[in-house]
Amino acid sequence: MSTLLSGAKMLLECLAREGVDCMFGYPGGVTLPFYDCLYDHHIRHVLVRHEENAAFAAEGYARTTGKVGVCCATSGPGATNLTTGLMDAMMDSIPIVAITGQVSTKMIGSDAFQEADTFGITRSCTKHNYLVKRLEDLPQIVHEAFYVAASGRPGPVLVDIPKDVFQAQGHYQPVSTIHLPGYKVFTEGHTGQIRRAVQLIQKSERPLVYSGGGIVAAGAAQELRDFVELTGAPTVNTLMGLGALPSSHPCFISMPGMHGSYAANMAMSHADLLIALGVRFDDRVTGRLAAFAPHAKVIHVDIDPAEIGKIRTPEVPIVGDVKQVLGRINELLPHGNSESDGKLSPARLSWWDQIRAWKKEHPLEPVTSDSEIKPQHLMAEIDRLSNGEAIITADVGQHQMWAAQLVRFNEPRLWLNSGGLGAMGFGLPAALGAQFARPDKLVIAIVGDGGFQMSIPELATIASYGLPIKIVVMNNGYLGMVRQWQELFYNNRLSAVTLDCFPDAEKLAAAYGFKGKTIDKPWQLASALEEAVREPGPYLLNVRVSPLECVYPMVPAGGAISEMVLGPPQPVADAVK
Amino acid sequence: MLQIISVLLENKPGALMRVTGLLSQRGYNIESLTVARTLDPEVSRMTISVEVEDALRQQVIKQMNKLINVLQATDLTDTPSVFRELLLVRIHTSQESRTAVLKEAEIFGGRVVDSSIGGFAIEVTGDPEKLNEFVDIMGSYGEIEVTRSGILAIGLEPKKLRLQPPVPTKAGKSEEVVQ
Repeated sequence: MSTLLSGAKMLLECLAREGVDCMFGYPGGVTLPFYDCLYDHHIRHVLVRHEENAAFAAEGYARTTGKVGVCCATSGPGATNLTTGLMDAMMDSIPIVAITGQVSTKMIGSDAFQEADTFGITRSCTKHNYLVKRLEDLPQIVHEAFYVAASGRPGPVLVDIPKDVFQAQGHYQPVSTIHLPGYKVFTEGHTGQIRRAVQLIQKSERPLVYSGGGIVAAGAAQELRDFVELTGAPTVNTLMGLGALPSSHPCFISMPGMHGSYAANMAMSHADLLIALGVRFDDRVTGRLAAFAPHAKVIHVDIDPAEIGKIRTPEVPIVGDVKQVLGRINELLPHGNSESDGKLSPARLSWWDQIRAWKKEHPLEPVTSDSEIKPQHLMAEIDRLSNGEAIITADVGQHQMWAAQLVRFNEPRLWLNSGGLGAMGFGLPAALGAQFARPDKLVIAIVGDGGFQMSIPELATIASYGLPIKIVVMNNGYLGMVRQWQELFYNNRLSAVTLDCFPDAEKLAAAYGFKGKTIDKPWQLASALEEAVREPGPYLLNVRVSPLECVYPMVPAGGAISEMVLGPPQPVADAVK
Repeated sequence: MLQIISVLLENKPGALMRVTGLLSQRGYNIESLTVARTLDPEVSRMTISVEVEDALRQQVIKQMNKLINVLQATDLTDTPSVFRELLLVRIHTSQESRTAVLKEAEIFGGRVVDSSIGGFAIEVTGDPEKLNEFVDIMGSYGEIEVTRSGILAIGLEPKKLRLQPPVPTKAGKSEEVVQ
């Protein structure tokens, strides 16, 4: 049986069969045939105000649900605007499918109006991409795109469709199989290596679980929790893995790395075994590689064989789906030896004592002041309101690091941020995608005054769909993280970092038809945040914080993570006199 | 050090770009590259010769194997294998040197593919170093123009090719059109 359909209708048919209920996009000349069919289709199309944000919103949707996010843009500028979001999804392994329009096949290569080599441009910012030259290939390609995006190490896939392919009529046949002979997905993990891992884990006196975004992607939070409880091993979650183990869990230390906690970084530096689960030894985590975890043997579990040994050669490499591998490790581990059973070995007990001592020595504590709002105070208040339950999105910079340090997450998929790419302007559109995915959830977008001004167009989207997103601008009047580096490493020569003009938040929000407010006193903070959350619609809260605060601890670039700068340099006491 | 990579890839548009892009995005300069169909017209074999730091060689192979159109990428640099290259040279030579040029070509196993009053066109195959020597010698007899194929390589030990079987789609279950 086959049905005569246009390319545009076939695409919609394929999207519907993939379970797509919502997509984010921006129409244009060559996607007109597609948008015409979308007009009376059940798939919901969210009109964003800039294509970059369509990709970020699709990511927000995917990061929140684990399902494939979908975005759509027209040829030329539409497609080029998507690239930042595609690269972001690539770096953080987020499954999204991008549909772009292309000029008609006969026009390709003629410098036609709104023509760009989307296939070539997006080669390096996608996991895979396609240019559909013939209608008969379209259904196969679309289903392949979803399969590739979601399987193995997830990532973005782009499908570029010329206008005449959208318009052509052809017989539609459902696609029952996908055959990608060269696409290898490793899931099970090598049995011998798994046994070796179990032996190392049992022998270790100072084990540390170093878990990341791979746990979230694999849906392995329960397996991780079981593992941690079976072994009683202290655990650090990377920026991408926050929530993989609940922040409230007794085995959770905190985030490691450049702005990680003292205890997490010291634990990394003194562990005799690193159990690396779905992580890629990012430079922001390891600091100077030669000094990273110098005493540790490494068990590295990752679904991507190219990650194993890329940065650090592990003693036990395990290529596989971390959910399956951890499940098998858990089966092999002896039960009833965890801390909760009071049966930890003396060596493990003293390892825990050491970690608790480090935690006590330099805790991550919110700084407060009577006269001004400290950014850490703001994060602590957001944390109090969220109580580990809200979806929190962030942009990139100081606010992102403070939020990662101080806001707790009880589950994975609550903390959405641009980890690998570090793309400013991510937080607001990601919140938009997250709110569509989870209309029931409180979504708070924590953004800086820099990133917010990159995302202002999306206030219109939020307003027009009535999304009750709470936008909290941590406004210090600077590109804070760059300013911090200029202060610490460039003799405080503040070059091009002053954001001295910021719109009146109340008026700006009012211009879009919702509520907003600016506060700058610590005693306003709690009530203003509560008011924002109580408000049934969107809310823009502009929080003026002390402008010159720096994020600590900090590992200077190229430093060892054990050599953290823990606070601002103390003024040299009257040395000159 | 020069790395010789043999890549079996699907003969699809853009497949070549993915492989070369992977190298160029890391700033590697491709020394030579050959590509042609195999017995299976849907599969091509590439031989790439590229300068890669020793420490990164394995990573490059792993990244290539991750490409969806790549069926298998193998590092032949240190494994038993044969490297060959084809060279075509046109030499302008004087009447007096003609016999000497032919003699040299014969030593290198070359074959004259064109002969004219002004000189010859000669074809030689061999490993790249032998061809370098041949070029040097020919250059000493007169003005030359050279074109080379780049290295072709074949591993001498059979390597098992693991291909993924087809997977069913959840999308194909219902015959009925949804809309």
